[in-house]
Amino acid sequence: MNNEMRVDMLRGMMRIRAFEEKIQELYLAGYIPGSMHLSTGQEAVPVGCCMCLREDDYLMSSHRGHGHVLAKGGEYKYMMAELYGKRTGYSSGKGGSMHFAHVAIGVLGTNGIVGGGIPIAAGVGFAAKYLKSDRVVACFFGDGAAETGAFHEGLNFAAVLEVPVVYIIENNQYAISVPRKLSDRLEDLSVRAVAYGMPGETIDGNDVVAVYEAAKRGVERARSGGGPVLIECKTYRWHGHHAGEPRDGLVYRTQEEMDSWKEKCPIRRLKAQLLDEGVVTETDIDAMQRGFQQELEEATQFANESPYPDESDLLRDVYIAEE
Amino acid sequence: MRQISLREALNESLRYNLQHDERVFCWGEDIGVLGGAFGVTAGLIDEFGPMRIIDTPLSEIAIVGAGIGAALGGLRPVVEIMYIDFTPGCMDMIVNQMAKIHYMFGGQSKVPMVLRIVTGAMGENAAQHSQSFYSFFVHVPGLIVATPSTPYDAKGLLNTSIASDNPVIFVEHKRTVNIKGEVPEEHYTIPFGKAEVKREGTDITLVATQALMHDALSVAEDLQKEHVSIEVIDPRTLKPLDKETIFQSVEKTGRLIVADEGWIHCGMASEISALVAEEMITYLDGPIIRVGTPDSPCPFSPPLEKAYIPGEKEIREAIKKLI
Repeated sequence: MNNEMRVDMLRGMMRIRAFEEKIQELYLAGYIPGSMHLSTGQEAVPVGCCMCLREDDYLMSSHRGHGHVLAKGGEYKYMMAELYGKRTGYSSGKGGSMHFAHVAIGVLGTNGIVGGGIPIAAGVGFAAKYLKSDRVVACFFGDGAAETGAFHEGLNFAAVLEVPVVYIIENNQYAISVPRKLSDRLEDLSVRAVAYGMPGETIDGNDVVAVYEAAKRGVERARSGGGPVLIECKTYRWHGHHAGEPRDGLVYRTQEEMDSWKEKCPIRRLKAQLLDEGVVTETDIDAMQRGFQQELEEATQFANESPYPDESDLLRDVYIAEE
Repeated sequence: MRQISLREALNESLRYNLQHDERVFCWGEDIGVLGGAFGVTAGLIDEFGPMRIIDTPLSEIAIVGAGIGAALGGLRPVVEIMYIDFTPGCMDMIVNQMAKIHYMFGGQSKVPMVLRIVTGAMGENAAQHSQSFYSFFVHVPGLIVATPSTPYDAKGLLNTSIASDNPVIFVEHKRTVNIKGEVPEEHYTIPFGKAEVKREGTDITLVATQALMHDALSVAEDLQKEHVSIEVIDPRTLKPLDKETIFQSVEKTGRLIVADEGWIHCGMASEISALVAEEMITYLDGPIIRVGTPDSPCPFSPPLEKAYIPGEKEIREAIKKLI
C-alpha cells in the first residue's frame, strides 16, 4: 500500500464525514426536508471498497448510502440539491436521501427497502456476464438486511449464476434499535457465505486498509469470473438510525459503547498513522478540511438557489412513452 | 389463416424475440426442459441453450429481483412466475422496485422487463393456485398490465411487451392457454391501451377479460336468438386502460356489465364501473353490474369451485337484471 493511496483514503473518508456533518447541521436547522440516515463513523467501508472499483463498475446501496455514492464519485452539489428536493439533484428531486442514483458513474441506486438491492445486484452482475463485459457490481447493505429473505435468495441465486458481485455487509451493530444478538446467533455474518457456496470473510470495518485489501480480493475474483463473495465489515454508526433521533439512540445503547467505538474512528486512526510516519502534516489535513468546507458552502448555495421541480413534473417518468 | 393455441402463440413470440434480439432471455421455475408449467416455453432450451433459457431456484424474490437487475444492466428479461398466487412472496420486488425505479431516480434508468404470470381458477387447485388478483398490479403506478384473451392478442401483446421499455406484468389465464384462434405467422404488435370490440351490439355493453371474454361471446351469440344485442369489449390491457372505447359503447347502449375473474371487491370490474359512473352516468339507463369472484378464497371441492368461478351462468344472470 503506497502512501499516495493512503492519503487518498484519508481524503475520501474526510470528504464523506464533512458531508454528513454538514447535512446533519442543515437538517436540524430545518433546511433539508424528509428524513435521512447518516453514515458518520462508517466511512472506511465505502472508501476502502470503492478504491478497488473502476468508474464503469456498478454500485448499489441502501438507505444509509450517502457515503457509497460519494466514494463512487458522486458530487456534493448534486447530492445536496437532491436532499433539498430540487430539480438539479441526482434524481431530479424525486428520490431524496434514500434514492440516489447516478447511472453515468455506475451508481444504479440506493434503496429504501432493507435488502432490496441484493437480488437486483445479482441480476446486474448477470447482465455484465451475459454481455461479456468484465464489469463488477459492489452491493452495500447493513447487518439488518442480512436477516431478510432477499439476502438469502439473492446471494444464493448470485452464487448459482456465478455472477461478478461483491456483497458487502456494513455491520454497524444495530437494525434501528435491535442489537445484533437479538437478530441471529452468529458472531460473524460472513459465515453465511458457506451456505451459498461462496467465499466469505469478516474484517475490521474501521480499518480502511483492511477493507481495501478484502474488497480487492473480492473484486479481482469477481472480475476474473470467480463469482460472488461476501465481505462483512464490522463498524458502528455514531448517530441515531435517522438524523435527529433523540440522543443518538442512547435509548438502546450505552454511552460507554458509543465512546469505545469513537475511539476506533477510522479517520482518526489513519490520520494518526500518516502524521506519525510524516506522510502528511497537520497543515495538509487542515487544507483538505477547508477545501471540503468551501465545496460544501458552494453545494449548499447551489441547492438553495436551484429550482424545485415544477408541479407538472409530478406525473413525468411514471412511464416511458411507447414507440 | 392457420389456427394455433394461445400457448403456441406465446411460444412463437418468445422464439421470435429470442432470435431477433440477443438481449432477450428467459428465466423462471421449470421453464427449461419441462417447458414451463403450462408448456409456453416448450422447446426453447433446445434452440437457445441454457444461457438464455434458465431454470431458476425456487426463489421468487431473486427471480424477479435479479430480473430487474438484468434489465438495469442492459438486457430484456422475460421472467416467469408460475402462478400469480406466488407473487405476494416477491411483492416488494414488483411494487417497490420494478414499478418505481424509473420514477424514483428521476427517469435515469429503465426496467424493460416482462413478468409472465398465470392466473385463473380451473381444475380444483384450491385457494393458493387459483387466484386472479392482477388488480393489485393495476393499482401500482409504473406497471403495464396486459391481459390477452385470444391467441392473436397474446402474440401481439407479448411482442409489444418485450419491445417496451416499461416493466410489464403479462397475465395468462389458465382457461385460455389451449384456446385456438387465427394467428398470422409474421411478426406484429398490438399497442398497449387499445381495447377491441370483439362483437358489436346495441343493447348492452359487456366489458370482459380473458376467459370471461370467451364466455361473454358465447352468451352474446345465444341471446342474439332472443333479439338481445350485446357488444363485447376486451380491454386487452388493464393498464393503460382504453376508457374511450368503453365510453363510446356505453354512450350507444346505455347499459354496462363488467366481467373480470378478480374478486369483485376493489377489483378491475369495480374500477371500470367507477370510471363509467364518474364520467358517463348521464348515459346510463340502469345500474352497472359487476361479474367476478365472490369475497371468498377459492375452494377445492368441485361443486364449490364451480360456484366460485364466474362464467356464462353469471353473465346471463347479469344480463337478465338489465333487460
